[in-house]
Amino acid sequence: MTARRIWRLLAVLLVFGLVAASCGNDDDDASEPAPATEAAESMEMQEVSLQLQWVPQSQFAGYFAARDLGFYEDVGLEVTIVDGSVDIVPATVLDSGAADFAISWVPRGLVPREEGLNITNIAQVFQRSGTLQVSFADAGITGPDDLEGTLVGNWGFGNELEMFAGLNSVGLDPQSDVTLVQQDFNMTALINGDIDSAQAMIYNEYAQVLETINPDTGELFQPEDFSVIDWNDVGTAMLQDAIWADADRLETDAEYRDMAVRFVEASLRGWIHCRDNFQECVDIVVAASPPFGGPGHQAWMMNEINALIWPSPGGVGVMDQALYDQTIDVATSQGILQAAPDAGAFRTDIAEEAVANLQAAGLDVYGNDFARRTVELTEGGN
Amino acid sequence: MPNTDAMAEAHDPLVFEHRLKQQAALEQRRDAVMRIVRQTVTFTVFLALLVGLYTGYKAFGQSIDDAQHDWAVIGSVLPRTDDLNMPPVSEIFGQFGETPGGQDQIYARILFGEALFTLREAFAGFLVGLVIGMVIALALAQWRRLEQGLLPYVVASQTVPLIAIAPIIVIWGRKNFDVFPWEWQDWMSVSVIATYLTFFPVAVNGLRGLQSPRPENQELMASYAATWWQALWRLRLPASLPYLFAALKIAATASIVGAIVGEISAGVEGGLGRRILREAFNYTTGPDRLFASVLGAAVLGIFVFLVVTGVERLVVGRHGGGAAT
Repeated sequence: MTARRIWRLLAVLLVFGLVAASCGNDDDDASEPAPATEAAESMEMQEVSLQLQWVPQSQFAGYFAARDLGFYEDVGLEVTIVDGSVDIVPATVLDSGAADFAISWVPRGLVPREEGLNITNIAQVFQRSGTLQVSFADAGITGPDDLEGTLVGNWGFGNELEMFAGLNSVGLDPQSDVTLVQQDFNMTALINGDIDSAQAMIYNEYAQVLETINPDTGELFQPEDFSVIDWNDVGTAMLQDAIWADADRLETDAEYRDMAVRFVEASLRGWIHCRDNFQECVDIVVAASPPFGGPGHQAWMMNEINALIWPSPGGVGVMDQALYDQTIDVATSQGILQAAPDAGAFRTDIAEEAVANLQAAGLDVYGNDFARRTVELTEGGN
Repeated sequence: MPNTDAMAEAHDPLVFEHRLKQQAALEQRRDAVMRIVRQTVTFTVFLALLVGLYTGYKAFGQSIDDAQHDWAVIGSVLPRTDDLNMPPVSEIFGQFGETPGGQDQIYARILFGEALFTLREAFAGFLVGLVIGMVIALALAQWRRLEQGLLPYVVASQTVPLIAIAPIIVIWGRKNFDVFPWEWQDWMSVSVIATYLTFFPVAVNGLRGLQSPRPENQELMASYAATWWQALWRLRLPASLPYLFAALKIAATASIVGAIVGEISAGVEGGLGRRILREAFNYTTGPDRLFASVLGAAVLGIFVFLVVTGVERLVVGRHGGGAAT
């Protein structure tokens, strides 16, 4: 009688297990992205994985375009793009060997590097910083000196350093002359009036406030409703998205270095394509995986991301030494880096080789005549 | 003719007993139906109360215009009542029937698909956690020395925050788990996180359950010259069932929490965790969707709890069953 109960329990578990297993298999078949098998079979493809810093969105459009349009395939690579998330540090994933390349902001790569990770920046894709400090226009906060005595929202975790350096540049102490408020990763606190200014990426959170209905007018908030401090203008901007690689492997493994050149070349070709084929890249991103913001939001982001990349005076992906020095200045003066990193922190040879190849293929690697378009935002970014 | 038959039947003690049994079965079924009806009514009444409380507080806050006042409680300790901070209940529930931009399915259908994805991760983790937990419980019950040595570590394992272990497990999974015959995918790492939350209550309660038979029962087993296996199978395992099911109810809901948190930290696309992260990110422009997605997660939690309760009824009977009966 009693042992039968155990049998019954085991039977129930078995049934559940079978049901789950069969569901699981169905899902696997459906969710696995169909690889471009024809080319893969005819040519020997190298498998490469790329760790993103965040979830799929236009910030990474160039890589998705290179994957979906076959640019990676053209150079013999089969690239798997891995989503980032809240607790994923791309530099750590890269160093552990769980990814071949990673996308990371420069400070977020250099800090773990100083702690001993052997990684290096091989292509500086973004030539500008996308971080803003946004406030309502009637608050009159138009420059870092206006932040004095106000409630300053920021995300912390190293995202606040451009603002800290900006405050320092006008003689203010971030710890005593302003009140720092930890900000959620949306703009609700600013809209609520809980903070006087909020940290925002020009391609994400700034768009969010412009996708929000202004209760006073019943229409969307307009750019003139806000004041924006752009750290690029203040001169405390830090470099953001770059392609990172395993420094040891580059030194010891000639095949990996060769792969890195091809990977950077195809990725940059993706970015050039997104500059010249705006809407196609937006569609690719939206199709890649349902992004956090809708198609309208992704269109805004694509435009702003293009503006962070183009023009690229030294050629796309090639490090701008002056901006690098400024990044290091801010990082060391704010104490996030103990000392300026050694020369191995970035290298330009790989990007330069890739750029030369792209130029030889007749592509415009500078984008000097790039102009921002006007993207109409809609409520909720749909 | 049929009359006399019926008369004869009525006086036949066997038939009479059969009738009684039928009657009892019927009553039992009626009781069961009544119980479900009662529970449903109670649940609905409470739901209505909660909705009323939420809506009433919101209406009150709006009527005194809480944004313009410096109230000590309303709009400060308690949330502000405007639509951004407290979207109306009608909008939250209405969200389920709406089709988000760029999608071709209504929100409820999308959530359902994502809940299934999360359920699969959680269930895989739950099963493995159940096995690991029982193995630990058996080992600890068998060797007292082991209990003294290992139990502190089992307890300590639960004080490690999930967000600390999640990235480790994900990286580990991608890099090192290629020993399995199947291709390791990130959702399986999320299952490992669910396992991590699941094995603990099973191990602790399972241990108590295995130790629960009274000494005289164990002596009886010994007097029958029962082997260790026989004693386990006929006495200790059945005795542990009530304890085990208490643990499984905790473990089932914990596995859902583990799966959702795991998805958020590890960056796994397709389940409720990614959905909640997405809606939190878009809160400024769509607060009602975050509320709706969290409700979806709550419904999933209630569902697995009910499933475990149902299995318990099936396995040990309605009254939970006394130990070792």
